[in-house]
Amino acid sequence: MKSTMGLVFAYQNDEQMKALTQKRALSSIPFGGRYRVVDFALSNLVNSGITKVGIITRDNYQSLMDHLGSGKEWDLSRKNGGMYLLPPFSQPGFSGSNVYRGKMEALLNAANFIRKSDSENVILASADCIFNMNFQDVVNFHEEKDADITVVYHQTELEEKDNGETGTVYTLDEDGRIVDVAINPSPALMKGKVNLGISQIVIGRGLLETLISECASHNMYSLHRDVLQRRVHDLKIYGYEYTGYCAKIDSVASYFDANMDLLSADIRQALFYQDRQIFTKIRDESPAIYREGCEVKNSLVADGCIIEGTVENSVIFRGVRVRKGAVIRNSIVMQDCEIQSGSQLEYSIIDKDVVIRENRKLFGYKMYPMVLAKGSVV
Amino acid sequence: MRTKKRTVAMLLAGGQGSRLGVLTKKVAKPAIPFGGKYRIIDFPLSNCVNSGIDTVGVLTQYMPLDLNAYIGNGQPWDLDRNDGGVSVLPPYSRGANDEWYKGTANAIYQNMHFIERYDPEYVVILSGDHIYKMDYNAMIEYHEQKGAAATIAALNVTLEEASRFGILNTDEDNKVYEFEEKPAKPKSTKASMGVYVFTWKKLKQYLEADEADPNSSNDFGKNIIPNMLNAGEALYTYEFAGYWKDVGTLQSLWEANMELLLEDSPIKLNDNSWRIYARNPNEPPVFNGEDCEIKNSMVCEGSEIYGKVEHSVIFYGVHIGKGAVIKDSVILPNTIIEDGAVVEYSIIGQETKVGKGARVGASEEVAKAFCAPGKMTGYMAVLADEITIGDGVVVKPGEMLDQDRL
Repeated sequence: MKSTMGLVFAYQNDEQMKALTQKRALSSIPFGGRYRVVDFALSNLVNSGITKVGIITRDNYQSLMDHLGSGKEWDLSRKNGGMYLLPPFSQPGFSGSNVYRGKMEALLNAANFIRKSDSENVILASADCIFNMNFQDVVNFHEEKDADITVVYHQTELEEKDNGETGTVYTLDEDGRIVDVAINPSPALMKGKVNLGISQIVIGRGLLETLISECASHNMYSLHRDVLQRRVHDLKIYGYEYTGYCAKIDSVASYFDANMDLLSADIRQALFYQDRQIFTKIRDESPAIYREGCEVKNSLVADGCIIEGTVENSVIFRGVRVRKGAVIRNSIVMQDCEIQSGSQLEYSIIDKDVVIRENRKLFGYKMYPMVLAKGSVV
Repeated sequence: MRTKKRTVAMLLAGGQGSRLGVLTKKVAKPAIPFGGKYRIIDFPLSNCVNSGIDTVGVLTQYMPLDLNAYIGNGQPWDLDRNDGGVSVLPPYSRGANDEWYKGTANAIYQNMHFIERYDPEYVVILSGDHIYKMDYNAMIEYHEQKGAAATIAALNVTLEEASRFGILNTDEDNKVYEFEEKPAKPKSTKASMGVYVFTWKKLKQYLEADEADPNSSNDFGKNIIPNMLNAGEALYTYEFAGYWKDVGTLQSLWEANMELLLEDSPIKLNDNSWRIYARNPNEPPVFNGEDCEIKNSMVCEGSEIYGKVEHSVIFYGVHIGKGAVIKDSVILPNTIIEDGAVVEYSIIGQETKVGKGARVGASEEVAKAFCAPGKMTGYMAVLADEITIGDGVVVKPGEMLDQDRL
């Protein structure tokens, strides 16, 4: 594999995430009992032998910085390479102070970082995806095909989205070369399985630099619209199919579903028990304690919890206290919450440090789980 | 240039721990797993860091591979430092007479140059056999205040227990006038915890003299402390009132694990002001299956529970199959208990497999009725690391296995 560096887009369109992104970027939303969404993209890069990773942030990135620290948990605190945080800064000719209109504009901000690198390939990874993929396979495919750009897709049925952002759908020829790019097509027009992009892209560094400056000089900013779609015929763009588990976090409902997916042994196997570990920030909590009279079924419980009540079909993060007589069903409870006795939660997403007082009852609905903001007291 | 350090800690981690039977077949005692995710050595190491001691030498000898890998660069304990940090100090061959560590004092003697690099005022000597939380810095301040040559941490034990310990007889000011190793008729109940603070200049002098004495067994308790007393040095005891548990036997190791399950556990592991750090196994949260039943137990991340667990400590990476029952037991990391197996009052080693419908151990009452007393395992059944128990096989209480039984 030629030398490759990673660039992680740690900001995403998050208006569908409600209170979960009030004080944090989408990539730093807690996930799966002990992780954050960004851990998956980052661990995948590291597990693929990539030791230089730039993290492109846009806004609300304090929580992300706190999570990533020096990058040592991902083995990215290094002398050669390692992790680089690339927050926005204003520069001449740049349209906004801290809001990128698109990924090409964000990359313009990282142009110096890219130019100074001696890597031959760049992986543009989006940190909104729960997956466990070997990027080395994608880069090998990219080189085998002598491609200009390789995009990763998975086969799935297209879903209706509230904001109409259904994703990017690719049409491939027999060789795997992309011949058509459809952005946010209507699911009504796309029957059966489609090749849906998961925003993980491999590109040569030289070409990327050229495209960044071309886009900047023509006031173009969208990676998908202005590069992949516009240049589909004059660049060799190939599609690489990822066949493993993949969940895109772009709404409260998809976040909820992806957490619940972890209750399936097969999905846990695919995500966590490959040769490639998912790394995250360490909290040094003692193992969970299950007291007399507790009842826990079909649930994930992280370290540091003390469980005295009932937990069913739920994901319980680190350091949560579930008191006697509390009942939690089909819910996600983030770190350090306290669920006091007699309270009931159903289809709820409880953000960090929330206290649910005695005998309070909160019910959401499967398609619309209730979201409680960080630090609330009910 | 090297920074001068006020204190260097030396952790004696070379002991085999033969009373832990098959559990120490492949690992040294300080590397024995404890409390769901920790190892015994995490306690003294975390105590050092929490006490502000950032230079620690770990002296290894017996089965060091696992311990070396575990300590690594010391990062989990925040002991990866530019200056100081943690250093593993194995015996090495020097000059004409290659030798292992002859005793605890000799182990320190052989590493005097390590201590000298930091030119410390004080040296703290620790062992890797005990579960406790202690502020060594408070002890050093006490040592300084008393102007002592050596200060020995002491625990108040009962008179019956006293004959199992090194006993310190002191005056009212805690000044030691006599030290008795395992006395038949103890005069005091102040037991040495094996935690010492020495003024380095003094210790160095006595280590050199001890080394020159061919009749010495080069041991702190047997030689250094008595020699210092005889020479009229100022030795003091420092009273420690917290939880302290010697986990040198299978029974005490089991007990210490079970004490973590008490509602008012004497040792709090989730205390923010005094965290116990460990190398993290980095596994997903515990999965609790549809028909699982867990009561009064501790379960670490990375395990999957489909059966019944009662009054037990389950380490990371453990799989407990459907219909399996675990009671009053300690299951060490990455072990698989298959469907329908029953494990009672047992300690099961790491990466071991207990087959379908197998039966290991029995409840304490049943075991007592059937089992002769006086065994190393007491009434427990103990399985070594990395062995396999076949489907339907029975391991009786009191048995200790270090080989497959298919």
